[in-house]
Amino acid sequence: MLKNKDRYLSIILISPSILAVLIFIYGFIGWSIRVSLSNWKGLNPDYTWAGLKNYIGLFSDPRFHVDIRNTLIFTSVFVLGSIILGFLMAVMLDQGLRGEGFFRSLFLFPMAISYIVTGVVWRWLMSSATGSRMSGLNLLFTNLKLDFLVNLWYNTPKWGMAAIALAAIWQMSGYTMALYLAGLRSVPAELKEAAQIDGANEIQLYRHIILPLLAPVTLSALIILGHMSLKVFDLIIAIAGKQLPLDVPSIYMWQTTFDGLFYARGAAIGILLLISVAILIIPYIRYTLKTEDL
Amino acid sequence: MKRLYLGKNWLYIPLILLVIFYLLPMYVMLVTGFKSFAEIDLQTMWNLPKGIAFDNYIEAWKVLSPSLKNSFLMVIPATLISSMLGSLNGFILAKWKFRGSDFIFPFILFGMFIPYQSIIIPLVQFMSAAGIKGLVGLAMAHIIYGIPITTLTFRNYYASLPQELLEAAKIDGADMLKIYRLILLPISIPSFVVVLIWQFTSAWNDFLFAVILTGNTEWPITVALNNMAGSQIISWNVQMAGSLLAALPTLLVYIFLGRYFLRGLLAGSLKG
Amino acid sequence: MLKKRVWQILLATLLLSSLILTACGTAAPAEEEAMPAGDAAVEVFSWWTGGGEAAGLDAMIGIFNAEYAGTEFINAAVAGGAGTNARAVLATRLQSGDPPDSWQGHAGQELIGTYVAGGQIEPLNDLYEAEGWLAVMPETLIPLISDGGNIYSVPVNIHRANVLWYNPAVLEANGVAVPATVADWFTAMDTLQAAGVTPLALGEQWTQLHLLETVLLGSLGSDAYDGLWNGSTDWASAEVTAALADFEKVLTYTNADAASLSWQDAAQLVINGDAAFNVMGDWAEGYFRELGKEPTTDYGWAPVPGSVGVFQFLSDSFTLAVGAPHPEGAEAWLKVAGSKAGQEAFNPVKGSICARTDCDASLFGVYLQSAMDDWASNIVSGSLTHGVVANDSWKSEIDTALGLFVADPDVASFQAALVAACAASGPCQ
Repeated sequence: MLKNKDRYLSIILISPSILAVLIFIYGFIGWSIRVSLSNWKGLNPDYTWAGLKNYIGLFSDPRFHVDIRNTLIFTSVFVLGSIILGFLMAVMLDQGLRGEGFFRSLFLFPMAISYIVTGVVWRWLMSSATGSRMSGLNLLFTNLKLDFLVNLWYNTPKWGMAAIALAAIWQMSGYTMALYLAGLRSVPAELKEAAQIDGANEIQLYRHIILPLLAPVTLSALIILGHMSLKVFDLIIAIAGKQLPLDVPSIYMWQTTFDGLFYARGAAIGILLLISVAILIIPYIRYTLKTEDL
Repeated sequence: MKRLYLGKNWLYIPLILLVIFYLLPMYVMLVTGFKSFAEIDLQTMWNLPKGIAFDNYIEAWKVLSPSLKNSFLMVIPATLISSMLGSLNGFILAKWKFRGSDFIFPFILFGMFIPYQSIIIPLVQFMSAAGIKGLVGLAMAHIIYGIPITTLTFRNYYASLPQELLEAAKIDGADMLKIYRLILLPISIPSFVVVLIWQFTSAWNDFLFAVILTGNTEWPITVALNNMAGSQIISWNVQMAGSLLAALPTLLVYIFLGRYFLRGLLAGSLKG
Repeated sequence: MLKKRVWQILLATLLLSSLILTACGTAAPAEEEAMPAGDAAVEVFSWWTGGGEAAGLDAMIGIFNAEYAGTEFINAAVAGGAGTNARAVLATRLQSGDPPDSWQGHAGQELIGTYVAGGQIEPLNDLYEAEGWLAVMPETLIPLISDGGNIYSVPVNIHRANVLWYNPAVLEANGVAVPATVADWFTAMDTLQAAGVTPLALGEQWTQLHLLETVLLGSLGSDAYDGLWNGSTDWASAEVTAALADFEKVLTYTNADAASLSWQDAAQLVINGDAAFNVMGDWAEGYFRELGKEPTTDYGWAPVPGSVGVFQFLSDSFTLAVGAPHPEGAEAWLKVAGSKAGQEAFNPVKGSICARTDCDASLFGVYLQSAMDDWASNIVSGSLTHGVVANDSWKSEIDTALGLFVADPDVASFQAALVAACAASGPCQ
């Protein structure tokens, strides 16, 4: 049982964070909700009540439909890709190979580079020009006789977003690797030794002991990558410019608020994003918390 | 034990493939950073530059170096403070369940998802009303908006540590802060590494808050980098040179912190 | 035990506050430098941070510093294509009541629809009278930058939007003459396409909006085009349908990878001989010269077919903020921006022509001199993409409609969306 003074101390220590989150996050979300229910269009605030007009408008907005499709494609490719790749890289680097430090820093480095430059380089790499103007990865593939890999990248109709997710995986899987590496390093050596004494091979070791122990790390990674994929904005614009086939809610929100001055509509998009996150994340967290207490 | 080491060297094959994947874009960045403006053409992107002149890097350095100090002044306190807060919060939420702590975790966590575009207007208004300006305001914003993610990372890391660790110490009569200081902090190092990497990178590379919360004498390096690109005709050669320069401090942080990815230190304390 | 813990908490708080105070301490002196007390300063907001734009701005600042040596010039420029970042920063500052003294904006509805409607900028009629600008700025320009008889900004430069850039060698090799009408253009592009040359180089979405406005102008003619924006042309009419059909046809002559090219990449296709034509504003000329190319030999120019004799313009201009912290400094800056010396210093470097008609032509290169002649003699119409004829909300709705159209070409639904956009944000009912 928690001793009284420890309990009070816990509450005291965590309250600055709670206060900060209350004001700077929930307070501002409240402001955003208020704006989304208003008629604010133009530079000066206008809080006159508009009901759910902005939300209803979004549901029949063809651009928003494109946004949702693109978010689903991007999120699934990016999150799955980063987790799988990050985990595999962590496992490989956990084997005590020579040069581990070099590989680790190399795989992390993309995260450090500014999105403007990462974006334009991937734009060049994913050029979909054909014939004499072929360039980028397509040119490389052709020269290496890997013609079957040549494709339209992000100019692919409907699925182009997956190519952008590739660039995002390049940038972020190093971080997922770092998360898993930290997790792997905290698995007690005795557990691994005990399993080996019991006759388990590598695959059984990972499947039955290590992966379950890493479940909280996977949860962290899922949430961090998920939140990034909902917020991704700068990278997409840097690679593909602002174009409708590759639009996502965060770009639509920016454009409609700051370029188009439809503040109420922009706020509604933001709140819809938050609601969709809440629907997905909260049950998952509650389930995880319950299973942890068992 | 012999089974573990059988053929471990074959791992170098996928690792080399990965290295190529990671190096391809960096090769383009490096090579373009050495080209002259007229050489920049989608058709010749793979070609080596005609000559290795450091002009682009020198020019980029001239433009970027005044803002370097601003970046450091802001990023270091922001990273350290938000990491410490995250560690404390994570510890409390993972190991010291009081009434309501299971609600507080999702409460803080949900804050991660707020899109920054939604809040820049009220944020600026709050900062101006409170009279908090410049780099201090920017550091504060990074600390506050970093709390959810640092708390998440630490909380999940601590949740995977066995409860026996703490029980042993409690039986010895240690209270919460002592346990935190003597037992948890030392084994938190891998998690600190991960959190410090994330917070440093996100504070160092952040553009939106930087440009909105600070004035032109206090802009960090990301704004200077963005401004170097220009609005109409962009000189990619200088831009790439500049971005690589701007990424160097972060790379150094990764290399330095990477050394602390140590093997778990749990073995000793459990046996005791 | 309790005492020890309290100590620890106090220590931590002390450390924290000392960190913050030191940060404050280092920040504060910088703050004071940024905003000196009194009127001896002016803070100017723009997006001219790189290349020729920044060089031009620096030249104007040089003139400012020479004439107003006691006033400090604070250059608060933030980059971002067409000012998207600068405008967002500006919006947050205006909403927290902390305006800069003067800011850059595209002359026309971009400024009027946003800032005049929001009561954020001052009319400048007195300044215009005092400086005698009404005599030197073109007559057709003034109504486009005014609202209700009040003039709201000082234009520094003029760019032309409806320019057709071409590669003379490619045209000659295919026996194609520079087209003057839309029909000629289609014929020429048919010939080129049959020969395997990309007829028209196109880039990402905003360049497609730019192409749309020039084709609308070329198809409708300047009266009907102007009517689209003042409400006298019906967006649902047959002539607009025909113009949109022309646009759809023009798109069939463009490169398939347009969406992955920036405007620079697309213009470069013409220079490299990979495409014959490119429709882009005349900042492309600055780019060509930076690549070391020669006018008329390596590249040529003509008005976009159908718009010969019409100068579709855009202009970067400066405003005076309502509640500017340093109104005298701001006026001083505006005087320099509108002066002959200021504009002659800025424009040749930037690659645009003066808004004033009395600038010295010998300071400008071959293309710019021809542009100056056209500016003085042509009918003047405004650009859509660059903020002259439509306010920001209207333009963003048109842009969304365009994006949907290019992804899924259907003239009827495109036209319907344009009609709706005009009703929602323009003068249509």
